[in-house]
Amino acid sequence: MYAEDMTTVDLPGRQRAREAFSSVAPEAGAAKPDPILVADNVVRRFGGLTAVDVGHLEVQRGAITAIIGPNGAGKTTLFNLLTGFDSPNSGSWAFNGRPVEGVRSYKVARLGMVRTFQLTKALARLPVIENMRLGAVGQRGENFWRSLVPWLWRRQEQEITERADQLLARFQLDTKREDFAGSLSGGQRKLLEMARALMVQPELVMLDEPMAGVNPALKQSLLTHVKQLREDGMTVLFVEHDMDMVHDISDWVVVMGEGKIISEGSPDQVMGDPKVIDAYLGAHHDGAVKTVAGQEVEAGDTPPPQVSESEQR
Amino acid sequence: MDFVSIFNAAVTEMFGPTLLVYALAAIGLNVHFGYTGMLNFGQAAFVAVGAYGLALMVVTFAPMWFPGLAAGAVFWLGILLGLIGAVVLALLLGVPTLRLRADYLAIATISAAEIIRRVFRSSTLREWTGGSDGRSGFADVFREYGMVFGFDRGARFSWGPFFYTGTQLWVMVVGWILVGLTMLVVWLAMRSPWGRVLKAIREDEDAVRSLGKNVFSYKLQALILGGVIGALAGFISGLTTGTVIPDTYSPQFTFFVYAMVILGGAARVFGPLVGAMIFWFMFQFLTQALRQLSVQGILPPGVLDPTQVGPIVFVLLGAGIIALLIFRPQGIFGDRREISLDVR
Repeated sequence: MYAEDMTTVDLPGRQRAREAFSSVAPEAGAAKPDPILVADNVVRRFGGLTAVDVGHLEVQRGAITAIIGPNGAGKTTLFNLLTGFDSPNSGSWAFNGRPVEGVRSYKVARLGMVRTFQLTKALARLPVIENMRLGAVGQRGENFWRSLVPWLWRRQEQEITERADQLLARFQLDTKREDFAGSLSGGQRKLLEMARALMVQPELVMLDEPMAGVNPALKQSLLTHVKQLREDGMTVLFVEHDMDMVHDISDWVVVMGEGKIISEGSPDQVMGDPKVIDAYLGAHHDGAVKTVAGQEVEAGDTPPPQVSESEQR
Repeated sequence: MDFVSIFNAAVTEMFGPTLLVYALAAIGLNVHFGYTGMLNFGQAAFVAVGAYGLALMVVTFAPMWFPGLAAGAVFWLGILLGLIGAVVLALLLGVPTLRLRADYLAIATISAAEIIRRVFRSSTLREWTGGSDGRSGFADVFREYGMVFGFDRGARFSWGPFFYTGTQLWVMVVGWILVGLTMLVVWLAMRSPWGRVLKAIREDEDAVRSLGKNVFSYKLQALILGGVIGALAGFISGLTTGTVIPDTYSPQFTFFVYAMVILGGAARVFGPLVGAMIFWFMFQFLTQALRQLSVQGILPPGVLDPTQVGPIVFVLLGAGIIALLIFRPQGIFGDRREISLDVR
């Protein structure tokens, strides 16, 4: 599906990321040469259910890291915890060496760690361009008293608008500039949300299922955009179910199951890991009858998640 | 049946002091509900706090605390107390509830408005607040200011269908200036990045948080701004009659104001003013027309008894608002495209 990407000349950001990972052991909680985000013993319980129990996680700077895992593995909860949208029962984590546990979500974003949401949050009754402008930080006109005196913020607003227009052009949303965000298609909303997050000028972009509900053509352009983020020096951490995408763009994959990190490694390493196959299909899958997605199946009916031949090198 | 005099009376009300009270309260509520999406069901409380702040300072507190202070200074201290009261009320309501889901603010505000009204009218505090009779005798300084500009107390002003006393006209001069100024502030603020954050909060709080904005602080600021504009409505309310009566600020007041905001078109600068004018005109016209029809026996007592006029007007206005929500949910100034969007 994405075979043409494989033939293109390797990009410098990608090469740098791949080299950095060459010395990293493919095991859960592996140390990275230059981590931008380090988390330790993050635990979140909902009543009796332990949704997240991550012992140690490091995210390499300048690389694209994917978090995969079956439904209910705690991926989105981990995202919520790391970005301050939820509070853990215990745990600590640091962004750029600065402890950020207990820091409010809006302050986490200002530090340069910006997320998107699984259910897209386009600001429906604001035009696309206003969605974009909102993303810029440090706006003088966002103070009430200064807002009443337009000439105090008009110039900054022009700079912000120029930056927003460039991003809209890059994400092919420039023709939708004046439309209400609520009139965009699901895929376009995903693009808008990503472009809006970039207005914050983040160091770490956290995407929660960027491909969910996006048609194949738009998927292709989203992939290109995510790869470009790495080339621009940003770090990307994303949650995704689309294995083609994970295999195509990620430099490193973290696999979660029942709240824990069960495996880490390059996409090929992870997809061959029996622990990962167990997590998705249940242990002892080569024998007894198991249930998959609530339906009883014979082992072998459902192949483990793997990529087609054309994409394997 | 004198339709001309009924029409004249209704048009006079449409620009008069009571309209200004509703218009200012609606402009404030539009900041809460229209722009920020906060469900404040206690706008009457902000109006009451403004009116009582002024009245209690002049009648009750100043003679105790600052005996001998000039009447003019006491009046301005009263204005200050009303404004501070609105800010304090916004903080009391907002700080505990604005981090929670939107409905908690609605519950807190509607209860707080009733608590405030009942505290003002309680017989225990009669010594200070005057109980259910309220307070009067605090508008003299204001009326003297009016006389400086030639608005004599006993004068009658009549022009076309309009008919006002000097006292009313002076209140209207000040009131319309306040309406103009507050609309200017709302217009300037809402076209700025500050207003953009408020509108974004109305759409989705978490998205705004994820972009590095302190949502709680912005909601509190919006609550204070709309509340202070509500307090201005309270000053006009008190100064028109020279009396504050607790039952003026009942939940019905808030629901009238909601109807006006929705009628005019939420999140539009002119929406609350025009909505208030149309609503108040209709209310006055229907009340007086139906009363005449009934009193003169054109509608026999079996069909409409004079005591039924009040309730029937509410029924008709309610039906009108339902029709409006069906056929023009965006209000007069709203944008149909906007309202038909799938917000999630």
